Amino acid sequence: MRLKQTFSSGELTSLYYKHKWISRETMGRWLLVGAVLLWFSLLVLFPLWGIVEETVKKGVTIFISNINTPSSLHAFWLTLVITLFAVVLNTILGTILAVVFARQTFKGKLFMESLIDLPFAVSPVVAGLMFIILFGPNGWIGSWFNAMNIKIIYALPGMMIATLFVTLPFVVREILPVLREFGREQEEAAATLGASRWNTFWRVTLPSIKWGLAYGITLTIARSIGEFGAVLVVSGSIINKTQTATLRIHDQFTDFNYTGAFSAALVLAILSFIILNFIQYLYQKKEVI
Amino acid sequence: MSGIRVEQVSKNFKDFTAVDDVGFEVKEGELAALLGPSGSGKSTILRIIAGLEKPDRGQIYLTGQDVTTQSARKRNIGFVFQHYALFKHMTAEKNIAFGLEVKKKSKKEIKKKVAELIDLVKLNGYNHHYPTQLSGGQRQRVALARALAPEPRVLLLDEPFGSLDAKVRKNLAQWIRDLHKRIHVTGIFVTHDQDEAMEIADKIILINRGRVEQIGTPQEIYESPHSKFVASFVGNVNVIDSFIEQDSIFINGAAGSIPYHASEGDEESGNAVLLVRPEEVSISRQNCKKGSIEGVITGLYYRGSYYEIHLDVGDNRIKSIVNKDEYLRLQWQEGERVYAYFKYYKVFDASGGFHKVHAMLKQYGYIE
Repeated sequence: MRLKQTFSSGELTSLYYKHKWISRETMGRWLLVGAVLLWFSLLVLFPLWGIVEETVKKGVTIFISNINTPSSLHAFWLTLVITLFAVVLNTILGTILAVVFARQTFKGKLFMESLIDLPFAVSPVVAGLMFIILFGPNGWIGSWFNAMNIKIIYALPGMMIATLFVTLPFVVREILPVLREFGREQEEAAATLGASRWNTFWRVTLPSIKWGLAYGITLTIARSIGEFGAVLVVSGSIINKTQTATLRIHDQFTDFNYTGAFSAALVLAILSFIILNFIQYLYQKKEVI
Repeated sequence: MSGIRVEQVSKNFKDFTAVDDVGFEVKEGELAALLGPSGSGKSTILRIIAGLEKPDRGQIYLTGQDVTTQSARKRNIGFVFQHYALFKHMTAEKNIAFGLEVKKKSKKEIKKKVAELIDLVKLNGYNHHYPTQLSGGQRQRVALARALAPEPRVLLLDEPFGSLDAKVRKNLAQWIRDLHKRIHVTGIFVTHDQDEAMEIADKIILINRGRVEQIGTPQEIYESPHSKFVASFVGNVNVIDSFIEQDSIFINGAAGSIPYHASEGDEESGNAVLLVRPEEVSISRQNCKKGSIEGVITGLYYRGSYYEIHLDVGDNRIKSIVNKDEYLRLQWQEGERVYAYFKYYKVFDASGGFHKVHAMLKQYGYIE
């Protein structure tokens, strides 16, 4: 019978090393990393690979010819236009909203601030239906535009409004906490030095929130490109007219044109990959500064 | 000529009165301290002078001009914030140049002025450092140079040494004193540290609970305080529980009395509080002076440049300060029976009860 022995941790480590055992710690780490890799592969890598493989199997020429059709190009063009619109407007409006929320006090501010997150909480399809009720030919606002012969639903304006709505929270939510943490002191210092509000914003406030803003903008771009539900409802997905890239993919898929669908999907996946890497880069910057 | 004049200024935050009918004047070229415990409203007063806060009532005059309705941008003041508020994304040089750039000065002029100021605040070689690369004292000096750059008519400093460690604080305080002598700008600085106020200011404005308690030179404030608050806030002070009977002051529980000459309007008899600074308490072995009170030494403490002796006099514990030579000559012992004599003291009516006064002073942290 062996006597129970006690070792110090250093002795234990050297024992493990000597007998080439794998310590519980190392094993635990391998298990953890393995589980994460498996999960990540199942959820992200395999589907991504699926898209790439499906497209490549048919050859690059078929991939290009599938993208290079008037309908596909129009769809990508439409996505680009809507994304640009949403980004520009939401950057400006989102910044103004965040500055007002962070620096002003007024009645109902808390209520309004909680409403900012509404687009996150509401399903995009429901949001789309909301806009149909509001802007449809018989809606409150839509009937008014209809009388002036301006079409909103099943047309570009409606798609822009829907995209604006679903991407509204990104810029606000990214820069609001930065503005709050940054505080008023530097702005007050600028004021005592004689700087105008405009000057103070450009020279003091904006440089302090720029990384947060860039992050918010990137998320807005990603969401605008990827938006499906809300845009589907308000656009009607009319080919060559109101069909964005995601709608086009869906359309081709339901038409059993898998190659076409996967080709377009690959383009979007590559775009997302680039954007995500950019986000990662910004995130690191933000933490440094 | 008046540099800064504050007239009947009041400010409420919801139902809390932060500043209550405050008025004072700082002459041109004078450096004044707004001294008071935290939460007394002194920073709010400074922010009102700067235009960063709007008063509910009252007027602010800077170099004779009514600026009450003017915004901070228009007032041409220099403000140094407690936590510096330097522009983090700008170098020291850029920070200092900011006030000149927004005033659209020429590049040449800005360059010259910035170089001058860098020299003045002794930051040569740190021109291109960012605030995070500078020490607390250096940041403070950048903040000061930045505030001075547009040649403000008044300089306002909010707890300028508040976030520095003791040694840097001492040096910087002295340096500011010298700097002020050289550039002679009218200035007000806020502090809760009475030593700092005594050391730097030409004039002290003592603030308590949003009101002015007393205005005077450091000497006036220290030597003839108008109220218990002033006496206990400025400097160390013994608060002694006592009562007056006809022409004598008795210390509760102690043998002996101090002659009392009631001036007109004073209480003839009743509870009172004696305020005696530790340096005004002399101790001797013989009862040789009229008005000496018997006591027992309970502790002897070395304090670097002097000794502190604690005495039990009746129900009170009193601190006395003795210089080293005297201490070594007289060889005091713990438990020794001695006579304490108050060279100078103030009597305050304690009709509210000694304990009430005591509790209040304790609450504000003026006594232990």
